[in-house]
Amino acid sequence: MEDALLYDRLQFAFTITYHYLFPQLTMGLSLIIVIFKGLHLKTSNEFYNNAAKFWAKIFAINFGMGVVTGIPMEFQFGTNWAQFSELTGNIIGQTLAMEGMFSFFLESSFLGLFLFGEKLLGKKLHFLSALLIFIGTWASGYLIIATHSWMQNPVGYEILSNGKFVLNNFADLFGNPWVLPSFFHNQMASLVTTSFVVGGTGAYYYLNNKHLDYAHLFLKTAIIAGVISTLSVAFPTGDLLAKQVAQKQPVTLAAMEGLFETESGAPIVLIGQPNMNEKRLDNKIEVPKVLSFLTYERWNAEIKGLNEFPEEIWPTNIPGLYYSYHIMVGLGTIFIAIMLFGVWLLWKNKFNNYKWYLWVLLFALPFPYIANTAGWYTSELGRQPYLVYGLLKTVDGISETVSAGNTLFTLLGFVGLYLILGFIMLILVGKLVYNGPESKLKTH
Amino acid sequence: MEITWYIILCFMLVVYIVLDGFDFGAGIIHLLFAKTEDEKKQVMRAIGPFWDANEVWLIAAGGVLFAAFPTLYASAFSGFYLPLIMILWFFIFRALGIEFTYLINHELWIKPWQKGFGISSLLLALFFGVAFGNVIRGVNLGGVENGVIQFKNHYSFFTPLWDGSFSPFAERPGVIDWFTITLGLVAVLTLTIHGAYWIILKTEGDFVKKLKSKILPLWIALVVCIIISLVAFMALKSFNKDIFIQHPSVYLLPFIAFVSLLGMLISAKSKNNWIGFASSSIFIVSGIGSAVASLFPVIIPSTNNLVSHLTIFNTSSEKYGLEVGIVWWVIAFILVLVYFIFVHSVYKGKLTKKHDHH
Repeated sequence: MEDALLYDRLQFAFTITYHYLFPQLTMGLSLIIVIFKGLHLKTSNEFYNNAAKFWAKIFAINFGMGVVTGIPMEFQFGTNWAQFSELTGNIIGQTLAMEGMFSFFLESSFLGLFLFGEKLLGKKLHFLSALLIFIGTWASGYLIIATHSWMQNPVGYEILSNGKFVLNNFADLFGNPWVLPSFFHNQMASLVTTSFVVGGTGAYYYLNNKHLDYAHLFLKTAIIAGVISTLSVAFPTGDLLAKQVAQKQPVTLAAMEGLFETESGAPIVLIGQPNMNEKRLDNKIEVPKVLSFLTYERWNAEIKGLNEFPEEIWPTNIPGLYYSYHIMVGLGTIFIAIMLFGVWLLWKNKFNNYKWYLWVLLFALPFPYIANTAGWYTSELGRQPYLVYGLLKTVDGISETVSAGNTLFTLLGFVGLYLILGFIMLILVGKLVYNGPESKLKTH
Repeated sequence: MEITWYIILCFMLVVYIVLDGFDFGAGIIHLLFAKTEDEKKQVMRAIGPFWDANEVWLIAAGGVLFAAFPTLYASAFSGFYLPLIMILWFFIFRALGIEFTYLINHELWIKPWQKGFGISSLLLALFFGVAFGNVIRGVNLGGVENGVIQFKNHYSFFTPLWDGSFSPFAERPGVIDWFTITLGLVAVLTLTIHGAYWIILKTEGDFVKKLKSKILPLWIALVVCIIISLVAFMALKSFNKDIFIQHPSVYLLPFIAFVSLLGMLISAKSKNNWIGFASSSIFIVSGIGSAVASLFPVIIPSTNNLVSHLTIFNTSSEKYGLEVGIVWWVIAFILVLVYFIFVHSVYKGKLTKKHDHH
């Protein structure tokens, strides 16, 4: 049973981590494409249309990867987490089914039209297709976050004598106070990734002295979107979400922060290693009282440490949780600095004198993916040892009939398949970026 | 309420099979009959704008299954663990085959993706038939061994890929036996004809004539497989003739299936290209409908006497969830119809080379 649980979790973690590399770009990119198409509609300048079509090609590859790696996620609820599905299907089945009915039909219908039907559609309908794709991808994100939020903070349910969770208030699924902070936090984080991808591409062209008009457009768009998104990931969305955690899962907050003992005027830890044997942080560097202030807006407020809670409800992997959270926050802070400096350069129009900044932007490209992943790990590791917080343990959710050996077999299969997919996808995107925004202008 | 949801679920699955069925069929034709590059492109052109939206019907039906019949979802997905995950892998290959083939214009790149697309289409059609065969044949619910229930949850089962006898009458039948494989072949042949009629409908030229000449041999093979599977099905424990006796109007379904099966042969000679596609579509709907009706209200029969069948009543969600679900489902469905009509009106008529996007 222990092995089966381990492989079920590893398979879900691997496939969801991989899957989310793609939606985090497509959700943000769909917005950038709408903006470029909007500029084209307003100015009738083909330049903006080419920019939109260039990103649409990259969007399409990422979207395709998102779809093919997304279907295994839906399947795994049933294949590997049958008891969880049986017990909670009444509730999370609603939001997951709505995603299929409301988002996937919308996205798939209009993506084909958008990519290949520009001539058949005309300018306005083509813009409308881009807008509908944007709405579809964000609606999809919203419904997944609503599902996720129910697992973090269950609402609108009752539990029957056979242990089944039954929905008794549909509106609560969406009015859950966990939903909005998570949703906007996540969408802004997705825009952070997109900003760095668009900006990194602009920097690459600029440094290569190629496609300079596009390079400038990409840099400008990325820095404006980047400064808005990097700031709002922290305030207000990250802040509001942390307050939800403090209120509903105080033990998770203590573990995230590495706070082993209750403190009044708790410090925020910048660096340090959780030492689970001694139950303390080693080698820590901290800023006094900041955690209390951020959580309760009082410098001397008391924050409960792990010592206040029974060990059975401690998150099962405290060092993992602590590092995920600190990597996310640390990178987020660096992103803000990069984007603020970019705003200054943009304002002064000085990219030429600050080539090193463009190198920074180029090499920063992978890091928002790491930050997004770390953010989700914070959320998921923080919820352990539960699937439904406080109510259903993770160990009680797996499929009783699927043996550890079977899951390891499929996990290895997924790893192999996804490695090949990733390799192919990098070749294709690399080729698109290398060819640049004006390639094949005549064929479309 | 359970019956309404069951109808919705069957409706979505059948729409899925009719729609994605033609692009599976196109994949099989791409593998077996399309020899030249032009012919292969013609096949791709006929499905290019549609396949993605078609596949969404499966994902959406999966979501509806989860929401309305969570116990069934949990039971079937964990019970058919290995075959389902393998189906997923083939799905991934097939989707990539369609989307990636022409992204790099080099023979060494194009050839493997084309083969990957064709082979995974063929295997998926086969697996879907096999899966359907498993559902109507039934499984060893509760994992009964020597008269003892092995699993804590009675809805649980775990089907091995095969049992040494390959017989549907075995005590613990596997995923693959001669009955389910025959149904797999029925699916492959039906969808090949279905796909051929779609290509005939949406494109033109010599290849269309070539496809029309292939209908007769495919049809004969199909009829042979149907007869074998029908005889076996009637001998199976799960077959329930009561429904036909109580509601004689249900006989209409196999009757329509029979007529449309004939239509699938005769349409090859017809000038009207819609008739062939309509016949194969109606055959799929009524054929599946006949089998589903003959099991109703059972969804997955139990092959042992200790655990009762999974029915639409003992696997469904609670009343409140089913009721609110109907409201949003109807709204979403109206939207889906609007998109569907819009997309197909943009791409109405024959798809020629000017529609190629690669």
